[in-house]
Amino acid sequence: MLDFPNDPNMRLRNSSVDGADGSQLFEDTSGAGSASQAGFPGQSLLSDPMSNLAMAYGSSLATQGREIVDKNLDRFIPISKLKYYFAVDTVYVGKKLGLLVFPYMHENWEVSYQQDTPVAPRFDVNAPDLYIPAMGFITYVLVAGLALGTQNRFSPELLGVQASSALVWLIMEVLAVLLSLYLVTVNTDLTTIDLLAFSGYKYVGMIVGVVAGLLFGRPAYYLSLLWCCAAIFVFMIRTLRLKLLSEAAAEGRLVRGARNQLRMYLTMTIAAAQPIFMYWFTYHLIR
Amino acid sequence: RRLRTCWDNMAFTLYSLIQAAILCVNAVAVLHEERFLTKIGWGVDQSVGGFGDEPGIKVQLMNLVRSVRTVMRVPLIAVNSVCIVLLLLFG
Repeated sequence: MLDFPNDPNMRLRNSSVDGADGSQLFEDTSGAGSASQAGFPGQSLLSDPMSNLAMAYGSSLATQGREIVDKNLDRFIPISKLKYYFAVDTVYVGKKLGLLVFPYMHENWEVSYQQDTPVAPRFDVNAPDLYIPAMGFITYVLVAGLALGTQNRFSPELLGVQASSALVWLIMEVLAVLLSLYLVTVNTDLTTIDLLAFSGYKYVGMIVGVVAGLLFGRPAYYLSLLWCCAAIFVFMIRTLRLKLLSEAAAEGRLVRGARNQLRMYLTMTIAAAQPIFMYWFTYHLIR
Repeated sequence: RRLRTCWDNMAFTLYSLIQAAILCVNAVAVLHEERFLTKIGWGVDQSVGGFGDEPGIKVQLMNLVRSVRTVMRVPLIAVNSVCIVLLLLFG
């Protein structure tokens, strides 16, 4: 204890010398402290060797903890796969939004592959992404709050209620599609996240309809919703046709057989559910 | 009144989704193999056949029921106990 006042200064000088070679045991956090230590002998918190030790231990523990969290999070939520769906750029988003509203002129709906892995959305307009659905969902919640505000029905809890109920219906829709895909035994490479992306594309049409209704009144709402419903219907049919149906049926030739008929019905049902949801979620916003 | 009729079928929360999921899984788990499923022709030993072709919807459903019952039997015990305790405590 008698050495205590001397030790910090000794350690200071030692650590500043040790900073030159890389074999120091602790991180050199006292380097910044030593510059200010000259005028403040009372503040020995940073130069105390015990707190040095504690800080170094704490930082190594934090790094370890972060590694464990990363490793376990990757097991539950595939982060690397998610990154693929967010690899978008402005050109892609613009083209995709145009495709969602006007899919009638687009000819080639196939997703291009690059050595067995699908190409990132940045390079291919047909690839599904999660950026537009995520942004669309958030924008829909905000626009719904705005629409409710114009009817004097707004309260901040309603935003949360809107968001959670839209999320619940999205999850239920994805689960229903997964279940029906399992029952019909379609051999497809559609992943769950792909289905989530496709179900999220309808938020774009909903936002367009609600904004048009807010700006121009009910007839504009109905017109724009009708247009967006038709567009989403055609978009979903053309996109799902390539993934769900067999090769021959996808090219438009009539293929007999109960299986292909079942798959066709499934595609039509999934595509028809989108306009229904779109109307159901927005009609109460426009009065 | 208008507010209520608007939100009747809309105000789902994640909590009600979890509740519905637990109830559905419980419902599937109580279907007894011998006493019930074979009686109505949905037993798994009656699903053999059609090796070359893909199985039909009924066979897929039966497999789904059986796998849900096998997989979720033990976790359901835990989840149901937790639910019972929570409902007793918080109503």
